[in-house]
Amino acid sequence: MAAEPVKRITDIGPPNYEQFLHPVIKKNYGSWKYHENLAPGVLCHVAESGDKIYSVRAASPRLLSTTTIRQFADLAEKYCGGYLRWTSRNNVEFLLDNPANIEPLKKELLALGFPVGGTNNAISNVVHTQGWVHCHSSATDASGIVKSVMDALYDRFTHEDLPAKLRIALACCLNMCGAVHCSDIAILGVHRRPPKIKHDILPKVCEVPTLIASCPTGAIRPATVDGKQSVEVVEEQCMFCANCYTVCPAMPLNDPENDGVSIWVGGKVSNARSAPKFSKLAIPFIPNEPPRWPGVVDAVVNIVEVYAKNAKKFERMGEWIERIGWPRFFELTGIPFTKYHIDDFRLAGTTYARSTHIRF
Amino acid sequence: MADEKVQTKLLDELEKGPWPSFVKEIKKARKVSPVCDDLLGQLELSYEEKVGHWKHGGIVGVMGYGGGVIGRYSDVPEKFPNVAHFHTMRINQPSGWFYTSNALRTLCDIWDRHGSGLTNMHGSTGDIVFLGTKTDELEPTFKELTAAGFDLGGSGSCMRTPSACVGKARCEWACYDTLKMCNDITHEYQDELHRPPFPYKFKFKFSGCPNDCVASIARADLSVIGTWKDDIQQNDAEVAAYAAKGLDIQEDVCGRCPTKCMKWDGKKLTINNRECVRCMHCINAMPKALAPGKERGATLLIGAKAPIVQGALLSSVLVPFVPADELMDTIKELVSRVWDFWDEYGKNRERVGELIQRVGMGNFLDAIGLDPIPEMITAPRDNPYIYFKDEA
Repeated sequence: MAAEPVKRITDIGPPNYEQFLHPVIKKNYGSWKYHENLAPGVLCHVAESGDKIYSVRAASPRLLSTTTIRQFADLAEKYCGGYLRWTSRNNVEFLLDNPANIEPLKKELLALGFPVGGTNNAISNVVHTQGWVHCHSSATDASGIVKSVMDALYDRFTHEDLPAKLRIALACCLNMCGAVHCSDIAILGVHRRPPKIKHDILPKVCEVPTLIASCPTGAIRPATVDGKQSVEVVEEQCMFCANCYTVCPAMPLNDPENDGVSIWVGGKVSNARSAPKFSKLAIPFIPNEPPRWPGVVDAVVNIVEVYAKNAKKFERMGEWIERIGWPRFFELTGIPFTKYHIDDFRLAGTTYARSTHIRF
Repeated sequence: MADEKVQTKLLDELEKGPWPSFVKEIKKARKVSPVCDDLLGQLELSYEEKVGHWKHGGIVGVMGYGGGVIGRYSDVPEKFPNVAHFHTMRINQPSGWFYTSNALRTLCDIWDRHGSGLTNMHGSTGDIVFLGTKTDELEPTFKELTAAGFDLGGSGSCMRTPSACVGKARCEWACYDTLKMCNDITHEYQDELHRPPFPYKFKFKFSGCPNDCVASIARADLSVIGTWKDDIQQNDAEVAAYAAKGLDIQEDVCGRCPTKCMKWDGKKLTINNRECVRCMHCINAMPKALAPGKERGATLLIGAKAPIVQGALLSSVLVPFVPADELMDTIKELVSRVWDFWDEYGKNRERVGELIQRVGMGNFLDAIGLDPIPEMITAPRDNPYIYFKDEA
């Protein structure tokens, strides 16, 4: 008789988090009383029981080798019983019960090239997408821009001297798997030319009705090209969203000279003070300038510094701009205002100034 | 030496400067796998040509699952044969991204045996991302992962991997147990996660308080955001201590309150809790002095998404308050009704939020059996085009 086949394990879901919790966290789960910020990147949470847990937060490039992850594991074993976590913004956090280990851990992290910071009124790590490292639809790279921008804003990560939190995010196309649309500063890859239709492969690799339905402006129409079923694009109606490319590989929009980066400002997700809001367009286009994207770096640093100088304590980017008004934002930052800044998609009218409340 | 195999003149520029370098990470992984040389080579080419070199994914995956693996192929495989296939595996993270060093080592060992040695900690939706392997390594990787207690996350038109803030594990503001909720919901809907049944993706994100550390209101089809119903807990001595240490309570706390529901007379802070909208500002500003109330639960909001296809949406209120102990049952009941309606009426690649825009919130509420209430809107309609029904 044949041996019983080994049962394939599926649908087990994620491992239960409880097995990964530090004993102090397990003991005081749900019984935290308050927290203090001991230094940039160092938090102390105090439980009702009087127990304390210290978190040391370090930046990471998100793209991590297993070599580095093992180094983090070594540090966690050396300083905190092996307990660590990642934050929602790609920082690594070590969870310590012994405050004497904070400084040695910080020192080792820094020596390995991972700065400690990102808490409170610092710029936290940048949430970002794959870019040219791994994505088929990117209009720009992700990791390279983030690296270049954060090299320039390094001190803003390791110090907490901004008026409020400042969250930067990057998505390398409008798909926004980094969901940058509610960030204080969003860096967004954009295309500026319509898809170049590959008529030869289109009928083989794409469903034409699905493709036509994918266009939010109805710019794609059926067409016969060289006797074969294909599509055509009404180019004046194309707004370069690339949704057609997502459903059909025969509609590439990539274009080395016309792809680039747009900058958006003033979004937030927190409900603190004002309601969550979308980021709004600040700069419609900056060309791709690998390897260090100087145009993007200068633009972001400028916005951060103007904000830092002018906003009041506790004012997020968007709250500051709402107080001073958009005309003054463009004046203070020196960013030119263009027709591209005025919305012309659905519900555009809600963004027109419909009052005489004007600052002179 | 591996280092001389491929010229990376442009990428080398990104090893300079104080911020951690992803180029250094890729170079570190060269010791693990030779695919990293070709990855660097192709990336350098992208930097020279200012264009990506990855093709659309094909259908690849592990047996019996419809998601969790993102197929990726090079469009220059003749130059970089080791990244001809370079598929991504999404691995469902533990709630709150908590690990032990042992668990991390286990993951690293598996990935070193089967893939590039490169990861994302973590992907945008929250998964652990194993970055780059060949088709025939997928099943062996999966087998080792499940043997170690890990499973794949979601991709495609499925329930995507849910995520949660740190919650009660380390935050005094968690108004419900986000880690448990995230874990339980993920286990409850394993079939919906692994075998895409929907018109498009569906995301859950669990934030413990209105600070919303996992961006639930911007990114989740169902946003579960902790809140409380009773009064803010207040410790007058600690309020005074903040004032003594230099916090300008009038200007920076009362002055920033969105409803101006608090007063400071120089000695005592008085909060009119009936006017409070639970924004968290005063609590954020004075964590030792103020805390969310004791009657805790969550607000359920629906419909957030990024721009593709019809424009970005933030989630909007569906149920203003669900007590913490009723949250699981309420979410399950509500989600089954939402999914039924979306299954039936949603168009291909139409998120729930877009469906609501298309059919109207009123009709959507009818369909899922919820009564309209004023907490759902910022203002009643200001146009008179009303679709009156003959209800006589």
